[in-house]
Amino acid sequence: MSDGASEGTGDDSDPDSDATATAADDLDPLIADLLDGKHRALARTITKIENRSPGYRDLVSQLHAHTGEADVVGITGSPGAGKSTLVDKLAKTFRDDGLTVGVIAIDPASPFTGGAVLGDRIRMASNVGDMDVFFRSMSARGTLGGLSTATTDAVKALDAFGKDKIIIETVGAGQNEVDIVRTADTVAVLVPPGSGDDVQMLKAGILEIADLFVVNKADLDGADRTVRELREMLELRDGEVQTGGHHGFEEMTVDVGDDGSAPADSDGVSDESTDGAAREAVEPWDPPIVETVANKGEGVDDFVAALDDHRRYLVESGRIESKARTRYAEEIRTLLREDARELLANEIEARGGLDERVEAVFRRETDPYTVAEEILEPLVDCAADRRN
Amino acid sequence: MSAEQGQRQIRCLVAKVGLDGHDRGAHVIARALRDAGFEVIYSGLHRSPDEVVQAAVQEDVDVLGISILSGAHNTLVPKIMDGLEEYGARDDTMVIVGGIIPDDDTEFLREEGVAEIFGPGASMDEMIDYIRANAPERR
Repeated sequence: MSDGASEGTGDDSDPDSDATATAADDLDPLIADLLDGKHRALARTITKIENRSPGYRDLVSQLHAHTGEADVVGITGSPGAGKSTLVDKLAKTFRDDGLTVGVIAIDPASPFTGGAVLGDRIRMASNVGDMDVFFRSMSARGTLGGLSTATTDAVKALDAFGKDKIIIETVGAGQNEVDIVRTADTVAVLVPPGSGDDVQMLKAGILEIADLFVVNKADLDGADRTVRELREMLELRDGEVQTGGHHGFEEMTVDVGDDGSAPADSDGVSDESTDGAAREAVEPWDPPIVETVANKGEGVDDFVAALDDHRRYLVESGRIESKARTRYAEEIRTLLREDARELLANEIEARGGLDERVEAVFRRETDPYTVAEEILEPLVDCAADRRN
Repeated sequence: MSAEQGQRQIRCLVAKVGLDGHDRGAHVIARALRDAGFEVIYSGLHRSPDEVVQAAVQEDVDVLGISILSGAHNTLVPKIMDGLEEYGARDDTMVIVGGIIPDDDTEFLREEGVAEIFGPGASMDEMIDYIRANAPERR
């Protein structure tokens, strides 16, 4: 079977799709179908991305030229904060405005079996039967860092498909998730009332990446207090930031790597400073705090307005482009890290594995640094030769 | 460590269709499938055939498990099969049905394209083995 999704082409052929089809002659048929608006092709492309099926990289590279139009919103927060419900209402509001929506909802997977129950879909009650909301559940399977690659690529698929708004929803616990929402243009962090400890957690982690805060379940006791605590925290942060200048703090922790390759960061940040002139004219962004009661739909309009404000800020300040550049730089680095890891794994394999070397290290005949250098040396030499 | 890169994972949608409020079985099955290492999407109660189709297509599941205890399977299942057909998902989605299905109806459901029917007394292992052996191999 050459391509499962090509079976999905028989139906609902679009009369005005001919132009795309002819231009897309050298495209993979799956991508041609996706660009043609076939849901099945989009779904299958995301599956291939998730599975890292052979050839998925070609698919994603073909997608890239068709991306860049969608507005990507990341939503994160502790479990039970009401993310899925809010996403549902958000998607509904977008749909009422005539916009098409893609949603990627990420749930944890069992580290033992790899299995997962992906339950976010249940909350999508406002959009059932509406195919223009493309909702996809993903499990946080695979290696660290791999998930953010898969998410980025899945967003590309939705973007190329022509979705106006793309929402990424994930549990905001840990670096992996922080990396994922970072692929969004605007990041909203949900905080349930009375979550003093969570706020402490946010302080350390997610605070830096929040473009706006949502205190959901605002009808519960303690909501005012949570809003107040958040506000205090933001003021405190502003105070700290003064010394380092307004800008750049969001990008300070750009490194998505799991191997802590710190030097890479400085490059990412340098994009920031180049368009400083354009930004001077625009007020720096101050993360607003929005109160919502998602299950009743209260405050959702305020939330959408805040998202729009941030979008406007990004466009007017030119940050939207610098952000994209930073993101692409990061994406390239992540891919390179994955490739390099594979290259090294192959190299180790080709040299008969690590076992003997480990033994030698164990017997104190050599040491880990020397071994690493030995394995790396031919690669380094090779690269140096090619460079000149 | 079954979740290394380049690995394919079986995705299942466990769906409750129609006016049928009995979801204990569906919950138990969702959990068992999860523990078997599958990715399970649970639809929630009272879904219409269209909703189930939408979920199956968008989630690109390998297996669609429909749980029906209301007796309306002869109406609901064909609607779902037609919906899958419409989106080109019928051939590579394996549909299995669980619940109370009278023997007389199994022939009809199979003709409609249902791969297997698991009634009361079917064991989890049986079902999991069946899915492992028969989940459509697609690329």
